Amino acid sequence: MKKEVLARFLVVFFVTLVILIFVLGWQKNRSQHTGTILIHARMPENGGWSVTSITGETNQPINLRLTSDDVVHGFAVGKSDQPTVELIPGEFVETTLLFDEPGTYTYYCTRWCGPNHWRMRGTIDVQGEEAAVTNPPPLYLQLGIDIDAPHEADVIPSEPVLLQKGAAFAEDLPAYVFEQEIYLTNSPANVWSRLRAEPDLSALSDEDVWNVVGWVWQENTSPAAIKTGESLYAENCAACHGETGEGDGVMVRDLPKPEAEAHDMDDPHSESTTAGLTRPHDLTDPDHLLGASPALLSGKIIRGGMGTGMPYWGPIFTSQQIDALVSYLYTFAW
Amino acid sequence: MNRIDLTRFPTTNLLLRSRWPQFLIRAITLAGFVFTILAGLFGSVVGSHNFAIIFVWIAWWSALKLFFIPFGGRSWCSICPIPMPGEWMQKRGVFSPTGKGFGLGKRWPKKLRGNWLQAGGFLLIGLFGAVTLTSAKVTAIILFFIIALAFILSLIFERRSFCNYLCPIGGFTGLYAQAGPVEVRVKDKQVCAEHSEKTCYTACPWGQYPLALKSSADCGLCMECLRVCPSDNIAVNLRPWGSDLGQNTKHNPGEVFLGLVMLASVLVDSVVFLGPWGQLKTAAYEVGSLPWLIFAGVFLVVSLGVLPGLYSAAMWGAVRLGSAKTTFRKTLSKYGQVLVPLGLMAWIAFTVSFAFVKFSYVLPVISDPFGWGWNLIGMSGTASIGQSTSWSGWIQILLLVIGLFWASRVTQQISESKRQALPIIAFSGVFTVSMLWLLIG
Repeated sequence: MKKEVLARFLVVFFVTLVILIFVLGWQKNRSQHTGTILIHARMPENGGWSVTSITGETNQPINLRLTSDDVVHGFAVGKSDQPTVELIPGEFVETTLLFDEPGTYTYYCTRWCGPNHWRMRGTIDVQGEEAAVTNPPPLYLQLGIDIDAPHEADVIPSEPVLLQKGAAFAEDLPAYVFEQEIYLTNSPANVWSRLRAEPDLSALSDEDVWNVVGWVWQENTSPAAIKTGESLYAENCAACHGETGEGDGVMVRDLPKPEAEAHDMDDPHSESTTAGLTRPHDLTDPDHLLGASPALLSGKIIRGGMGTGMPYWGPIFTSQQIDALVSYLYTFAW
Repeated sequence: MNRIDLTRFPTTNLLLRSRWPQFLIRAITLAGFVFTILAGLFGSVVGSHNFAIIFVWIAWWSALKLFFIPFGGRSWCSICPIPMPGEWMQKRGVFSPTGKGFGLGKRWPKKLRGNWLQAGGFLLIGLFGAVTLTSAKVTAIILFFIIALAFILSLIFERRSFCNYLCPIGGFTGLYAQAGPVEVRVKDKQVCAEHSEKTCYTACPWGQYPLALKSSADCGLCMECLRVCPSDNIAVNLRPWGSDLGQNTKHNPGEVFLGLVMLASVLVDSVVFLGPWGQLKTAAYEVGSLPWLIFAGVFLVVSLGVLPGLYSAAMWGAVRLGSAKTTFRKTLSKYGQVLVPLGLMAWIAFTVSFAFVKFSYVLPVISDPFGWGWNLIGMSGTASIGQSTSWSGWIQILLLVIGLFWASRVTQQISESKRQALPIIAFSGVFTVSMLWLLIG
């Protein structure tokens, strides 16, 4: 009987021991990370970020403890210098965010984790003494451009555009060509038509006028900006728009080709699945690209597509980044 | 008889006879079982960081096939914690019986006897295998369900009814224990014949009478008979592998079905987990979806249709090529033992293909069992997907070839003529070639 009592005690002891390890571990885990926000990253199909809204104050650190529950994700905050944090499944990584300006920031996933990857977003509401900096509305809104309307170019070059050749005519060009506003608000095709109508330039061939337009577009950006645009494009756009801009990225290869500008916005499926979505337009198609002004292109980037599945980048890219991206897009046309 | 009786040596005799070593191991495995359920329910959802997934499906499942069965037959059953709580109630003692216990003590229904339910359970695990093997929560729920079921059944039915007739792992280990090198047998039959009390049978949780024990399939190596025999007439023998296979042992259709289900399961597991077919893996994972239903349908057709069909065809051939005395049903049962070495070696080969590669996950999950970012023994984050070495491939080929050779030898031993053995050897050959193709490619 003594043995039986000892045996029962041992069974209860061992079982209690493991339960105790679990309970104490659980509590320690919780107390160790008080003041830290725990965020689980999951593919949007599995629920996305476990926390989608965070509040904080300016110059007060926000401590985050991040992990992924399924595949490799990335954590980055839009419009901030915060370095991207890589999230390996099952492993924890800690990071601290610090904001010196109040406002609403967006955090997002930087890895193409699944078809709805871009829906992995959350917001950080940063309060502060300072008044939030109010940016002017984007140009496309100021100008009232309908970014969903068709914008086919009236004319397109018939030969490859040679930007350096356009530089030769710099001195003959009217002053307005160099105004930034003209660049921002006009499509290359528009500017071409205007220049073509200039009596002073009637000696130029159609091709040379295109060379001039190309050169003007190049003058409105810088090699550094194009480089920035190129890397932003590769990281964020190429998965759908394709490395070469042809609209054949890996995420959309199986989708139907676009039919003009018609999107079925009433299709409820297009909100949460890829049903009803189409492949993006071919950016290397001059008919399409040369009819778009920088204001229109940046509007599309800021707001995203309507029913196309293209995400909105307004809360993520700074206006410099968007300008850089737009200037890179035009390199597809020349 | 080329047996080594472990009870003849004082040390092993003490280790087997004393209840303490076995009891302590079972108490620890019971605690481990509870811990595994907790880790599965509350730990990381990432399988490679959860104790439940790594310990159940990598460590234990591999150890069962690479160590416990090939070197100890049903040795796992002797330390399995699952029947422990129920037996505590049944015997009113967790260490030794202390009087009349609780429970209705009913006999297990005759219709439900045999290996049929165990085979069905194993099929079910296979159908949901992709989810079970990757989801710690599902693993924990299944473990909890199993231990709860074993407990409830032990209150209704006598002895280890759950282990005997339901436990899918019991079916698996029991089937292959026939090839294992350990057995419990009586030393001198005369002594038993003169002893009228049958204390061993009364004490046996498995309902076995050691004198009548011909096959190790039904003996859980619990050693209770050894402890209660007043004449010290029980031997625990080390024996040559495959001793239960041959002319003298009886086999039944239930066992044949179990053997075929095991063959089908190892084929399907190889296809799903090792094959290069991503869509199939996805289908196996999406339980309830149309692709999964197709996968389940194919699985069931293979295990209930194709393999039994091929086996029956081989049996039909064996009947035709044998003398007129034998019947189809008898032949079917008799050759069931061929499936034992064939299946066992296939399971070992299958396990070799992933066990060494995945073994590096074991220490990290001891270091951080719940996947909460702990580092108890400084081994967290050291997991790396090991290299599948070339010798692993050669070992798999060797194991499968041994399996085929072994199965063919058993076939010849129990056949009337070489001619009669041919169809069954052909069946074994087809299976081995399929496994070779799946594992080695």
